Amino acid sequence: MLEVRNVSVDIGGNPVLKNIELSIAPGDVMVMFGPNGSGKSTLVKAIMGFGGYSLAGGSIMYKGRDLKAMRIDERVALGIGIMYQHPPKVRGVRLRQLSRFLCGDEKKIEDLTETLSLEDLVDRDINFDLSGGEMKRSELFQISLQEPDLLLLDEPESGVDIENISLMGKVLNGYLKKKERSALIITHTGYILDYVEARRGCLMIDGQLWCAGRPPKEMFEEIKNKGYGFCRECHGKK
Amino acid sequence: MEKNKLNTGLGKEDMENVAASGMDLSEETRSASFLQQDDRILFSRSLMEGIDIISVEEALEKHPDVRKLYGKAFRMVGKEFPGDTKGGYFIRVRAGARVEMPIQSCLFLKALGFRQRVHNLIIVEEGARVYLITGCAASKAAHESFHLGVSEFFVEKGAYLNFTMIHSWREDISVKPMSVALVEEGGSFISNYVCLRPVKEIAMYPTALLLGRGAKASFNSLILSHPGTLQDIGARVVFKSPDTSAEIISRAVSLGGKVIARGHLKSESAGTKAHLECRGLVISEKGTIHAIPELETDLRDVDLSHEAAIGKISKEEIEYLCSRGMTPDQAQSVIIRGFMDVDILALPEALRKEMKDLEDKTLEGSL
Repeated sequence: MLEVRNVSVDIGGNPVLKNIELSIAPGDVMVMFGPNGSGKSTLVKAIMGFGGYSLAGGSIMYKGRDLKAMRIDERVALGIGIMYQHPPKVRGVRLRQLSRFLCGDEKKIEDLTETLSLEDLVDRDINFDLSGGEMKRSELFQISLQEPDLLLLDEPESGVDIENISLMGKVLNGYLKKKERSALIITHTGYILDYVEARRGCLMIDGQLWCAGRPPKEMFEEIKNKGYGFCRECHGKK
Repeated sequence: MEKNKLNTGLGKEDMENVAASGMDLSEETRSASFLQQDDRILFSRSLMEGIDIISVEEALEKHPDVRKLYGKAFRMVGKEFPGDTKGGYFIRVRAGARVEMPIQSCLFLKALGFRQRVHNLIIVEEGARVYLITGCAASKAAHESFHLGVSEFFVEKGAYLNFTMIHSWREDISVKPMSVALVEEGGSFISNYVCLRPVKEIAMYPTALLLGRGAKASFNSLILSHPGTLQDIGARVVFKSPDTSAEIISRAVSLGGKVIARGHLKSESAGTKAHLECRGLVISEKGTIHAIPELETDLRDVDLSHEAAIGKISKEEIEYLCSRGMTPDQAQSVIIRGFMDVDILALPEALRKEMKDLEDKTLEGSL
């Protein structure tokens, strides 16, 4: 479904991603670990086609098509979606308005608004005056209406309290359980692993991808106990 | 009076132009109508008791008391006004009348190169309450035409006037409205201005004089500036009594034209409160927005403030909406529409919806 082949990305002349190889099959949920600034978000942005994140080398294929010349909305039309870590404020555009653009089913919008406790937010301008938890719930709301086949989640649990993580985890898990849905989940804290069934993990360090395919819970335990320094050492030995 | 469709004598295309300036030709949602083409009055009638609506010449002839008012507002602010006008409407809402459905008027330019010069008088007597929509529009044939509109508003004690002006011109027409409003004790003057279609040049700087205690004024405007356009648009409020307050809000989007957004709050009395807010969005590299907010007073006990912000649409906002499936053009259009928020106009629900529909229709063609 998603084939990242030998991808390199430079930002401001500096290599940020180096020869990344990654594949995600239909129904596959992959978790990506890695320290801050290692290039995790850059990979997600390059897959989406955001400005300033074009490929210096390699290719990204999705459903058999090369994404290189495609605009963001064309990639979305193919079935890719993103849940932002830090979504921008969009003045004058209300969340309800966007939800109607994403989904023609008013009942579904209403139900999901209630499930994610967004009643007070839908008539506000997008991402204005939101707490960390509200912001993530708003993102999850949009993405659940958009229904992409491949969901890119950039730190879905950052800035969210325990109660919200549990709610979000449930909604997210319900979403991903549907047939053939895939996801790439970037996580820093690993909390999301308690809610989402993921069979494969990988690790991004210094713009390189290691250990792709290992069981994520096992990886996370190791990172938690020994730190990323251990990963670097271990990789050096190989 | 029995309601029947306005017999305007206008062709289909002209009717559409008139409708695009907010005129409801069915009159179903209006309480009175006035329509002037070039210097000819095509129509004027009131569907409600308590509303007089006739040409200003007829009013000066019929009502001696009106003569005293003619030019009074301009004399109060020490400003000259052209005396060689022809036509314009006289609207008087009698004391205590509550007019729920708006009064409508339209000044229409039809002939090639015509120089329309009108003088309007609007009087809202004590305790009366009214909405007035006035549209200015031009026919396809009205090349290089000119419109000068002198308007005087008299908002008497405790009265409420909500005046919405929609400019719907063409790219080769020059326009110069000159307006002064006198607001007495406890009165409210609300001016909403919408200009979304191309025009060659507009210069306007209406003034409201808050004469009596508790008087209020509010100027709200939505301006879309097309390439080759100069729009020098502002509003001034002078506070002459205590407990008076005002608000000036403007939203300007430049698609390539030049907008000068002025605002002047001048307090000559203690205990006044006012705010000026100007936001601009420059879409095209050729566009210019120049915000000139002014606050002025010699007194200590006043509360005047302003905020002005001009910028472009950020790449992040566009990409965000694109990541939800919008094309870049769609995303830009959605953001501009959101920016040109009709909610800044102080309108009741029915009119708000009407304005929203009108804006959607106009912007669809422009963006």
